[in-house]
Amino acid sequence: MEKNVIMSPTCELVLIGGSSGSLDVLLKIISSLRKDISIAIVVVVHRKTTSDSTLSELFSIRSSLPVKEVEDKDAIIPGVVYLAPSDYHLLFEKKHVFALDYSEKVNYSRPSIDVTFDSASEAYGNNAVAILLSGANADGTEGLKAIHQQGGITIAQTPETASFPYMPEQAILHAPVDFQMSVEQMIDYINGK
Amino acid sequence: MIQDEEVEVLINDLFELYGYDFTGYSRASIKRRINRLFILDSFPSFAEFRYRLKVDSAYLKRFVEEITVNVTEMFRDPLFYKTLREEVIPNIATKPFIRIWHAGCSTGEEVFSMAILLQEANLLHKALIYATDINPNVLEKARKGIFPLSQMRQYSENYISSGGRQDFSSYYTANYDRVKFDESFATRMIFSTHNLVCDGSFNEFDLILCRNVLIYFDIPLQNRVFELFDASLDTLAYLALGSKETMKFSSVTSNFKQLGKEKIWRKM
Repeated sequence: MEKNVIMSPTCELVLIGGSSGSLDVLLKIISSLRKDISIAIVVVVHRKTTSDSTLSELFSIRSSLPVKEVEDKDAIIPGVVYLAPSDYHLLFEKKHVFALDYSEKVNYSRPSIDVTFDSASEAYGNNAVAILLSGANADGTEGLKAIHQQGGITIAQTPETASFPYMPEQAILHAPVDFQMSVEQMIDYINGK
Repeated sequence: MIQDEEVEVLINDLFELYGYDFTGYSRASIKRRINRLFILDSFPSFAEFRYRLKVDSAYLKRFVEEITVNVTEMFRDPLFYKTLREEVIPNIATKPFIRIWHAGCSTGEEVFSMAILLQEANLLHKALIYATDINPNVLEKARKGIFPLSQMRQYSENYISSGGRQDFSSYYTANYDRVKFDESFATRMIFSTHNLVCDGSFNEFDLILCRNVLIYFDIPLQNRVFELFDASLDTLAYLALGSKETMKFSSVTSNFKQLGKEKIWRKM
């Protein structure tokens, strides 16, 4: 908190990671984002490999912002909601450019939240905010550590409000989590950026 | 953890000492691979890692194998294979002889998938599949046509989703925990090392498949490879990429027309 007040870094990227029980929360967040938001939103959610484009369609219907499933080397544009494609790890080649990777699963997951958060922490440093939602898996904890270490802000969904509290609980136990927030608080927080 | 500057030092060493050119590789991905290996092999410091690479040629081999990603599966993205089956193969079937190039074929799962498609279209006898990779070890595996039995359920499901109507298990013989695909497939395949970074065109093809290889390259290197493919394709021949790869950053993109939603382009 203190470092935030002193340096007040600009937020350029909001990362949201979710697993089991996160879809409703994600839809709520996506549908409540203000239209003129000037940061890029990157969503990494565990899902079956087969249900490919249906999720981005679902997000598109609910969102007033453009939603895009990431393709290799896509440029990152503020005000766009990006979705990690199923069965690839989502990385940042550098600030403002994505990269994809089809290497081994991490935490039984591809995309892995840890992989994306870790890569974002290197490319965006203290310009990144990472949010971890409901899930039954410990993915995301290492990623939040990396984000925090590079000066970014870390947020976990208040476990009591999560359908599967295990994932945010693990993060709160093992990583430096700056804020615990309910869904409504997250929406206000992102819209205030 | 290996830092960005250290990655550049290693890339430079590999080029100067051994001629391996990783300069056009996507930094995000290669840095992850290098760090993974650094941790896996428990090096105490970057200096020791670098030294080992400089003096130990056996370790260099391991490095190159581990840095390149070799994850693949049979009939990966079944709908892609369905399009190959229904739209691409009927168009190349009329050729007296069919040449196909799998660039970056890894352990060969997709090469055998292709051979099965050709067999089912009764074209395998007049087809030749050139399967290449930078890594000789994976080619050795691919050549054998031996894959883990544990994967076959998934592959069989993929095969059926791709429009396959045969009994998938009729194509292989199971032995303990592995299966071996019918010898007749391998007789129509030629395996060879080929480095997309520096090697040139070696034939003209009716179809080139290069799936989930270009994601590891930066845009200038991707462009070089697209030019190489363009020079290796006949008019009306096809180029197939991975499901999240694109030709949109390429200088030769105007020579090609995309087939609907799938990542298949036809040279015009």
